[in-house]
Amino acid sequence: MRHLVKIAVRNLFRYKRRTLLTSSLIAFGVILVIVFGGLAISFKTQMVGILTNTALGDLQIHSKGYVESIDNLPLNLTLPGNTLAKVEQSLHQSPYVAAYSPRIKFGAMISNYAQTSNIRLSAVYPEMENKTCPGLVNRIKKDLPNPHQFIRPGEILAPDNLMKGLGLKVGDEIVLIATNKDGSVNGLTLHISAFIESVLGPAGKDGYIHIDDAKTLLRMNEPEIVEIAVHLKNFDQLNTAFNELKKEMVAPESNIEVHSWEQLSPFASIARIVDLLILVVKVILISIVLVSILNIMTMSVYERISEIGTIAAIGTRPRRILMLFLMEGFAMGLLSTTVGVVIGLGLLWLMNLAPIDFTFGMMQVSLAPSIPAREVILITTIVMLVSIFASLQPAYKASKMEPVDALGHV
Amino acid sequence: MTLIRLEHVTKVYHTGEVPVTALRGITLEIGKQAFVSFIGPSGSGKTTLLNLMGVLDKPTEGNLLINGVNISSLGRAEAATFRANTLGFVFQNFNLIPVLTVYENVEYPLLLVKHVPAEERRRRILTLLEKVGMVDQKDKYPNRISGGQKQRVAVARALVTNPQVVLADEPTANLDHATAFKVIGIMHEMQKEFGTTFIFSTHDAKIVGEAEILYTLEDGVLVNQETKNRN
Ligand SMILES: Nc1ncnc2c1ncn2[C@@H]1O[C@H](COP(=O)(O)OP(=O)(O)O)[C@@H](O)[C@H]1O
Ligand SMILES: [Mg+2]
Repeated sequence: MRHLVKIAVRNLFRYKRRTLLTSSLIAFGVILVIVFGGLAISFKTQMVGILTNTALGDLQIHSKGYVESIDNLPLNLTLPGNTLAKVEQSLHQSPYVAAYSPRIKFGAMISNYAQTSNIRLSAVYPEMENKTCPGLVNRIKKDLPNPHQFIRPGEILAPDNLMKGLGLKVGDEIVLIATNKDGSVNGLTLHISAFIESVLGPAGKDGYIHIDDAKTLLRMNEPEIVEIAVHLKNFDQLNTAFNELKKEMVAPESNIEVHSWEQLSPFASIARIVDLLILVVKVILISIVLVSILNIMTMSVYERISEIGTIAAIGTRPRRILMLFLMEGFAMGLLSTTVGVVIGLGLLWLMNLAPIDFTFGMMQVSLAPSIPAREVILITTIVMLVSIFASLQPAYKASKMEPVDALGHV
Repeated sequence: MTLIRLEHVTKVYHTGEVPVTALRGITLEIGKQAFVSFIGPSGSGKTTLLNLMGVLDKPTEGNLLINGVNISSLGRAEAATFRANTLGFVFQNFNLIPVLTVYENVEYPLLLVKHVPAEERRRRILTLLEKVGMVDQKDKYPNRISGGQKQRVAVARALVTNPQVVLADEPTANLDHATAFKVIGIMHEMQKEFGTTFIFSTHDAKIVGEAEILYTLEDGVLVNQETKNRN
């Protein structure tokens, strides 16, 4: 085996220029996948992080039918008291859940006594909301001495697009006018405590008020919760946690639905497109490896016919000849990938020295690309396997040569 | 002590449009420790005959037995194993493996036969390189040595597995006269020292003097056999 490797590697370095050319091509493909993958994955991760940590939460629980009519922000599809208690108990006991936040969501009119506009509102318990969406406070354009009290009764956090539209300033008094689920209209005066940056998606343009104010405005005896946002201990366990919670809570009689952020945000489809693009780049890499290894190995076999004849004549078994050429293709793949991975990771490292800042859907994104180790392992494995696969046909051809014919070939 | 036996061996090539009969009804026996030469003009069938005795090809008709094994019965892989264990080869074009050093070229056939411990391997290789006078060149690659030197390495390579027969098809065709003599001389010495049977072919009447048994081929037919007394 050791000797086969030795011969294979030496043969590779026999035609230096050709080997260099082919391995550069493959290395280039690997670099492309790593750099593009690194950028795309970190873009995705960061976007998902912003959305789940500042607005949506990782999972949401509603009364059945709520998400279907979410655009209307219905107030009649609430989680009734006993259901709410059960849900909260399950969330407390679940090993996956780090925090949760009950919300009342509704649409209202906002007026500064001169102009009126529409506003979407989330009424929350600030401490619970801050634990569930710890990034939310970063969107608030104000220094907060205690993030657990980012909103207090009598205050409103206004989305910053309204600031421009209505010419509002911090400290201004505004009136919220809302219709409750029984159809009666009521108003409430609040002061603007700060503005909040928008993020992608409808829920990203919500204003925030304290849940006690919502109770008053909507004339509720008890807070009638319509949504519970859930923050998981480990985001990588999203699917497991999602399925577990669904299994536990969703029964025909329970009238509850559980959704993951993917089902609630338009970014999920962008994320899928990003995944698709990464896949396309990988397919390109595979094609590059396939074609170039097939090409170089076919050339190798044709150039070395009389050598193959010699080793066959002196007693090398066909299987060993097959192995010899497979090894050569494999070594070629390994060499190229190693170079590609080193350069690719080097480039990512350089990009981290100067992160790329840009705005995506009104969100400030700062890209410091990195690639998960398992992606790098996956890419390396793919290239190695494809290298062996591409060498199969030429190697098989070599092993099938009759020594007499091969020896006669000059 | 018959080592190789040919019984009415005929070889017909069907490669071209018309079949070519390269050997017609050859019957002969070669014993152990023989030093045999086949001579004949180009196209007389020497290569064909050596290929058959080298288990590289199979007769169209007749039987060829080596050590009692009918070579027609061997499959591809079996034939390769048989060659590795029983035979050694020296080629007209030297055919050293370019990416291996002189030492590694001689080592190569040993890696194909089982159970030769590293220390024993090393000893055998160095002994043979010593005997063919190439031990001081052992770390050179084939493209750094002359044709005569290559052929001496090839002789060492052919002998390293202690084969019973070494087959050499026109081993001196690419060498000048003096070198050719030296190479045949070395082969003869090895034959005496190790008792290996050497079979070589040539179309050069001048170098066959060394042979102890001399067969003459013409148009695929054995036309003459001469035996000299061993000295
Ligand atoms: N592979 C082949 N296909 C067809 N004819 C062949 C082949 N090899 C040899 N021959 C023919 O067989 C005859 C003997 O050839 P060969 O054994 O090479 O003779 P020598 O080695 O004495 O020159 C020649 O007529 C040659 O043309
Ligand atoms: Mg010939």
